[in-house]
Amino acid sequence: MKTKKILLAIVRNFIAWIFSAICLIPLLLILFNSLKDKKAASRMDLHLPELPIRWSNFVTVIEKGKLAASFGNSLLYSAGSVILCVLFAALAAYVLSRNQTRLNQFLYLFLVLGITLPVNYVALTKVLQFLHLNNTAIGIILLYTAMQLPFMTFLIHGFVAKVPVELDEAAVIDGCGPVQLFFLIVFPMLKPAIATSTVLTFLNTWNEFVSPLYFLNRTEQWPMTLSVYNFFGMYFKDWNLVCADILLTSLPVLIVYLIGQKYIVSGMTAGAVKG
Amino acid sequence: MNRNKVYPRYFALGALIIYFVFFFLPGLIGVGYSFTDWSAYSDELHFVGFQNFRTVFSADENYMKIISNTLAFTFITTVLKNVIGLILALLLTKSIRFLNMHRGIVFMPSVLSTLIIGMIFKSILDPKSGLLNSFFRSVGLEMLAQKWLVSSELAFGSVMAVDIWRGVGYIMTILIAGILSISSDYYEAAAIDGAGGWKKFWYITFPLILPTLATTTVLNVIYGLKVFDMVYALTNGGPGKATTEVLYTAVFKKFGTGQYAVGTALSSVMFVIMIIIGIYMIRVMTRNEVVE
Repeated sequence: MKTKKILLAIVRNFIAWIFSAICLIPLLLILFNSLKDKKAASRMDLHLPELPIRWSNFVTVIEKGKLAASFGNSLLYSAGSVILCVLFAALAAYVLSRNQTRLNQFLYLFLVLGITLPVNYVALTKVLQFLHLNNTAIGIILLYTAMQLPFMTFLIHGFVAKVPVELDEAAVIDGCGPVQLFFLIVFPMLKPAIATSTVLTFLNTWNEFVSPLYFLNRTEQWPMTLSVYNFFGMYFKDWNLVCADILLTSLPVLIVYLIGQKYIVSGMTAGAVKG
Repeated sequence: MNRNKVYPRYFALGALIIYFVFFFLPGLIGVGYSFTDWSAYSDELHFVGFQNFRTVFSADENYMKIISNTLAFTFITTVLKNVIGLILALLLTKSIRFLNMHRGIVFMPSVLSTLIIGMIFKSILDPKSGLLNSFFRSVGLEMLAQKWLVSSELAFGSVMAVDIWRGVGYIMTILIAGILSISSDYYEAAAIDGAGGWKKFWYITFPLILPTLATTTVLNVIYGLKVFDMVYALTNGGPGKATTEVLYTAVFKKFGTGQYAVGTALSSVMFVIMIIIGIYMIRVMTRNEVVE
């Protein structure tokens, strides 16, 4: 019985390592080959990079791939939509949760319906043209915000219900207006939900490339994900450079993932499991 | 306390306006435009009735193939992600060394950009120099070295496999949360009654995570029907004619060639289907919220 248990434990650990390896190997492949020269990287295998390590790949890519500019674009789009989305989602979730009139319940469901709805990009061009937002950063930020708002509102809505209403009542008696009440009393209480939606909005917008693909014609405006794809098209024979570009583009996301894993997991599983 | 004064509705206006103008409104006017001959080549619009929908649902052209591809993609990836995700979730809720590290690694592909994953797997699945075929050759399994993304028989399966690789960690994470929310009392009682591992799974774990599995299924279906990134990055609908084409790559191509009316008609078919699925989805999700 005891040997059977030990054997089972070994098998379990072994299988877990196999799954982890399957998930990790493609990423190691990129890491290793970003540190090789052109000839070694053309084989795209898992041999460790030979010395000297080619750090110069990263410098080349930053120059040739114009990474500084596209990094700036990505940062602008992500930061802009994080601020707009988290602020508006929190405000909406708060009011729609605290004051559940018939109309507010309907508005909440209408907003949350967007979690499943597809974006009609073709018709969206008409709207953007009408508002003169085609090919503009503001247009992209507003689009990203619109796409992320439904889920983030849903996420924060569930959390607002846990903040005691007595707090509001006490604040109102002390003479708080609605704006003060929200920003000074309730908003600080929503910190975990705010952190989660900030991290998730950042990740989703950093990885988004479909809207820029449709609505940003000029390459100078492209975010990192799209310019790495463009770079891949031009330098598809230089896998060392492509890998270096991929690595640099994924780095912000990986760092955010490692730091904010707790928030990401809690946010992505929100609503899926009874709490 | 006057609720309408303390919680003024204008707080929700920002979210509602942005969402309506940039998300819902395009869906609505898209339905309208799908009854016209809107294109990049003419400034005039004419009402053409159901002509675009007749084109979409006609036997000629490839639209039926595209729709069946989308449905097949959705069905197969949903089933496999749930099955593999459940196996992983069961495995990674047992006592295993470096448990959190394993969970973190399996989840990691879900946070990476699909476009980048597509590029990585284009290299790995390359018939000549790709990592997968090199591996098969080096262990003497030459016959397994296939033309993954370039042969018309295997391309669609390969795309789905990469998508499963990317998405299974997310499903696993949700299922782990579901499994961990089951009270340990049930398992203790079952152990006293002499139930083994299989019986515990079939009579306790499985029935109690069915609601969670329903949610992951709906999430997968929504994702599958809307899939674009993965197909665009790996094959862009090819090889050959519409082998791996799905609805959203088709919409993008119609947009690229200026056939806006057909593109928006395809989108509108999706819009209506998704509203129906969405209402069901919201019921599932808000039900959980109330229980909370």
